[in-house]
Amino acid sequence: MTAERVLVIWCPELAPDARAYESVLVAVEEVVPAVEVIRPGACALAARGPSRYFGGETALVERLTSLIAERCGVHVTIGIADGVFAAGLAARTGTVVPAGQTLAFLAGLPVRVLGRPALASLLRRLGVRTLGDYAALPAADVLTRFGADAARAQVLAAGGEIRPVVPRTPPVELGVAQEFDEPIERVDVAAFVARSLAARLTTVLIRHGLACTQLVIEAETTTGTRLRRAWRNEGPITPGGIADRVRWQLDGWLAGSIRGGTVTPAGPIALLRLTPENVVPQLSVQPGLWGEPGEERDRAIRALTRVQGLLGPEAVTAAVLGGGRGQADRVRWVPLGDDRTPASGPVPASGPMFGPWPGRLPAPSPATVYAELLPATVRDARGDVVGVTGRLAVTGYPTTIAIQGRSSVRLTGWSGPWPVDERWWAGERARRYARFQVLLADGRAFLLHLSGGHWGVAAYYD
Amino acid sequence: MMIPSLAECQEDPEALCRTSARTPRRVDRLVAGFRTVRRADMAVPGGLLPVRPELRPILPWGGLRRGSTIVAVPAATSVMLGLISAASAAGSWCGVVGIPTLNAIAAAEQGVALDRLACVPDPGRDWAAAVAALLDGLDIVVAAPPGPIADAVADRLAARARQRGSVFVPYGTWRGADLTIETVRSTWYGLGVGRGRLRWREMVIRAWGRGIASIPKEIKVWFPG
Repeated sequence: MTAERVLVIWCPELAPDARAYESVLVAVEEVVPAVEVIRPGACALAARGPSRYFGGETALVERLTSLIAERCGVHVTIGIADGVFAAGLAARTGTVVPAGQTLAFLAGLPVRVLGRPALASLLRRLGVRTLGDYAALPAADVLTRFGADAARAQVLAAGGEIRPVVPRTPPVELGVAQEFDEPIERVDVAAFVARSLAARLTTVLIRHGLACTQLVIEAETTTGTRLRRAWRNEGPITPGGIADRVRWQLDGWLAGSIRGGTVTPAGPIALLRLTPENVVPQLSVQPGLWGEPGEERDRAIRALTRVQGLLGPEAVTAAVLGGGRGQADRVRWVPLGDDRTPASGPVPASGPMFGPWPGRLPAPSPATVYAELLPATVRDARGDVVGVTGRLAVTGYPTTIAIQGRSSVRLTGWSGPWPVDERWWAGERARRYARFQVLLADGRAFLLHLSGGHWGVAAYYD
Repeated sequence: MMIPSLAECQEDPEALCRTSARTPRRVDRLVAGFRTVRRADMAVPGGLLPVRPELRPILPWGGLRRGSTIVAVPAATSVMLGLISAASAAGSWCGVVGIPTLNAIAAAEQGVALDRLACVPDPGRDWAAAVAALLDGLDIVVAAPPGPIADAVADRLAARARQRGSVFVPYGTWRGADLTIETVRSTWYGLGVGRGRLRWREMVIRAWGRGIASIPKEIKVWFPG
């Protein structure tokens, strides 16, 4: 098969994120109709037509680079060569390989670019180091010695294209909507409507062989107010799950209006629209991201999702631990169903719980942490407010503490100062404070912060 | 062959099962005596959730009985976490409602599995509805009431817990609980004057309730475990 000219766009910044990469694809599809996604981060298109249209391959490359930079704000590298494989390799370095010179381009590349590590290590040990050497081996011998996959790799190394570019079909509109002649006011009518609409959406998804992990429920009331809520799930939402979520969401909205609570739909609902987002191919079994699927887990997730319907998705949270010095820095509360990797990087599943983090407060941790520091005053025996010098020495031994303006209590023990000096290079975001542990005469123990001469209670060891 | 005495059976219910019944009549008498004294132990409807060994003496059932209401009086968040930690580590799902100051690190240090812990820090006015919904699906629900709770609401929640077999742990003042757990005092060790740090504390915990637990019990426990 003769190879055709293929252009590959490679975006290293967005490579891990399929959702963000979609914006790049949409931008490219404005200019060139038929784009194939090789994997998130790399897409391919036939280059002959567009390059003739734009007046040359370099012009095409410049047009695409500037378009993507303008629309999506990311930097991409583009390569053109004969065949998808060679073009992919050319994209890594941003080369435009002239027609007919692909063989020479490939010949100099090492065998590890084939993407077959076992084969590559074997070939290196046999003395075959570049694709050129590999392509020069007799094809029949390669087939008998290394197998069919290696023979395919040899064809790639020789610059032959295994398959043409297969363009993806642009995404189909998958939402369903329904208008109501009699606007919904009652909760039981809402339940019925939710079930039927969810069934319609499920049919659409099944017809395309898809499932969604995010569901957007929108409603319009008779007074023109628009309501919108996005429900996320860690795995694909089952058809029953779609119906449940719609019903709970309508319950939440309608109940808010009936009781006149803080959630304020201004009136009955006249239009309901469901849009699935983050669609994934329907697979028969999805490994549970909350642990092994089981009846208890399903029951618990159902109950938690129901509370989300009553109070909103941000109301139910789970804790994600990460690195940090302050107690509040280490915990991030994410809404149920959201991605749970910690901001400071993934925490290892086994081994010591949180990894080393210099300056971290040692165990045992206080069980109650305050979001805002409670104002307090710590005085020494003479009645002066205790401070900390630049050399981390206290100006007087802390003797009494008065929390939130109440009466002073004597301290029977204290320890510190343990300094924290974070992001000193960042201007406003710099934080500099000293930590103290104190024990009061009535048996209570607190964690205090001293920052800029002001004392505050950060946590209570209760 | 040693048949355990009645006192030994009260201490360790398994002791009787370990002996071989070579003298049936003595065993019958022992079992009869055993039955009258520890009736609550013999039949625990719904089952028990495990609890840290140090806290077992204050629980009349030797664990957290499903369907019961156990009140934890603040301020003793560590005691509440200690109560649920063993069950959570063993696979139970726990929910915490109305405690925005809860520190997840302290929970994890005590052994609570954060994968199976969900928090509703601010339920707003729908406190009772949220708690009821959670009692349906979770094994343990800790809920801090936002204010005085009407008796009818309290009874309804307790009945729901009993019906679904979940353990309801109100964290605050509550009427009509099966068991109430309170911290009498705690003494911290490890912190000196200008040196050291807080390391351990000895807590005296008292529990009283109704029925079997009507006699208050006090124990001393070291936290962390």
